[in-house]
Amino acid sequence: MTAVAPSSRFRVATGTRLSFVAAWSAVLALAALCAAPFFVGRGALQDLFFVLTLVALAQYWNLLAGYAGIISIGQQAFVGFGGYMMFALTAFAGLDPVPAIGLAGVLGGLIAVPTARLVFRLNGAYLAVGTWVMAEVFRLVFAQIKSLGGGTGASLPTAVTNEAWSVHALADAMGLRASAARDRLAYWLAVIIAAATIALVHRVLRSRQGLALAAIRDNASATGSIGIDEARTKFWVYVIAGFGGSLVGALVFFQTARISPDAAFSVTDFTAYVLFVVVIGGIGTLEGPIVGAVILYFMRDWLAGYGPFYLMGLGALAIVAMLYFPKGLWGSFAEAYDIHLFPIRRRLIIRGGT
Amino acid sequence: MIVALDTILQGVLLGGLYALFAAGLSLIFGVMRLVNLAHGDVIVVAAFALLAVMNHLGLGLAAALLLIAPGMFVLGYGLQYLLLNRVIGKDILPPLLITFGLSIFAQNGLLEVFSADSRRLPANGWENASLALAPGLAVGVVPLMTLAAAIAVIVGLNQLFYRTKMGRAFRAVSDDPTTAQLMGVDPRRVFAIAMGLAFGVAAIAALFLGVRSNFDPSIGPARLIFAFEAVIIGGLGSLWGTLAGGVFLGLAQTIGAAVNPEWQILAGHVAFLVVLIARPRGLFPREVD
Repeated sequence: MTAVAPSSRFRVATGTRLSFVAAWSAVLALAALCAAPFFVGRGALQDLFFVLTLVALAQYWNLLAGYAGIISIGQQAFVGFGGYMMFALTAFAGLDPVPAIGLAGVLGGLIAVPTARLVFRLNGAYLAVGTWVMAEVFRLVFAQIKSLGGGTGASLPTAVTNEAWSVHALADAMGLRASAARDRLAYWLAVIIAAATIALVHRVLRSRQGLALAAIRDNASATGSIGIDEARTKFWVYVIAGFGGSLVGALVFFQTARISPDAAFSVTDFTAYVLFVVVIGGIGTLEGPIVGAVILYFMRDWLAGYGPFYLMGLGALAIVAMLYFPKGLWGSFAEAYDIHLFPIRRRLIIRGGT
Repeated sequence: MIVALDTILQGVLLGGLYALFAAGLSLIFGVMRLVNLAHGDVIVVAAFALLAVMNHLGLGLAAALLLIAPGMFVLGYGLQYLLLNRVIGKDILPPLLITFGLSIFAQNGLLEVFSADSRRLPANGWENASLALAPGLAVGVVPLMTLAAAIAVIVGLNQLFYRTKMGRAFRAVSDDPTTAQLMGVDPRRVFAIAMGLAFGVAAIAALFLGVRSNFDPSIGPARLIFAFEAVIIGGLGSLWGTLAGGVFLGLAQTIGAAVNPEWQILAGHVAFLVVLIARPRGLFPREVD
């Protein structure tokens, strides 16, 4: 019997054969999504836009609630803030919408810094309502800004929507009308933002900070003793989520080209839907929000005609899911079959049997 | 001078309404560390229930309240016993998400049954009655009764908390549910009674809300936020603090509205944030928590 050095007998791995396949499938899916405008109609493209932005928002919320334990019901603050910043940057500063969307995201991250200082004075369940108060403050403040349309809102001038350089260049290159080019531009930006969000969240979770988050989730008081600063880690997650929310918000309101305080800071659109997506899909998994967003899309498609019944159904379904499938559809499935498409856990692999 | 005095007086009286909104929230948090995100919608549900029995059974306000308040108690008891007790525990996410789901459910259910129209509870002219205190200074009878009701509710809850066997069980379960269980107290039943009481108080709050102003199915979340702000401003775990928090919030809103009518709600939020920065534990925190 030959002695085997421990280093070669044991190996720590994250990937599996399945995750390798999944990674390539994801690349293919991304390529298909990029090519979609050439094959599907305008309506379908708008549906896909809805799903993609929802996936991105759900990923950021999942990072907050599922991994960092920060339960916010006020992320619409950042969505609306991003939308308004995009309006201000394009309409007043004359920026092209593409850099304006990116910059709106950065500004969202910056405004999250003082916001975090305030809401983190509250704990747990009270923090949740505190974030909601912050979102209301944002809404009321923007409703007071007359140059951004005040309480009734404003439309993006066509100088921004149709005559911006990026829209113009795309329209020329593809021989499209400006409005169709704007739809495609918004769609491709949504594909990029959704994919980049998943990659970003995956990276955060794989990093040292990701390990710190897992440690905090498992035992908050013990993490302090191994040198993890809980407050600091949570603060950074909150700032990232603020950046992400504003980025998506800027994109959403570039696509609709109209903004008002009630639409921009809508609890239903940017918090209730997002919560539903994460809970139904599976909180604390990367795949869950994607599954949840697709389910919500189909439910919306089938049931939206029933008005309030549809939202009553969503509320009831979220309650039932929380009671009977607290891990969500994907979470329960992944646990039952030990399937992780985007693995973040490190596993110990022992070679040569026992 | 009279104007300033009038603003302060109206602010204090408005605070009575907010204290009524907040009393139930404060009670539930004190007993079981739960934040009911549907609390505002519970008040609105009670307001619509009052309206429905007044319209269909031809009852007066007081009779309607005598019918609806016990009904709300039963609803709250059942909700806690059958639903919320299953998820209450160390993880704060499930109860928050479930009460958020309930909030969405209640809002849209009311929208389906009662439509989005603005309603008001008929009060036989009481809503316009006022007492003249001095030339140019008058207080509405209903706002005065609201503040009196808020004080009565808080005195009543405090008596219950510190003078009765039930209250001892509340405090025991709040401090340590496991040990309380060893002493023969069933936390699930205690939690259910606390939630029932909170719902009953919500019915009283609903009566004054509905007489003082218009209501529609969508106003619940804003009432929750006012209630929450009053609880935090006052300091967790103290019912008198909650009354003070409500008055503080009412004053901030009324003063804000006096400067610019559009700033009423924003001024309340800003006052809340200032308290959060200056005294994160609230104005009157309980000694030990």
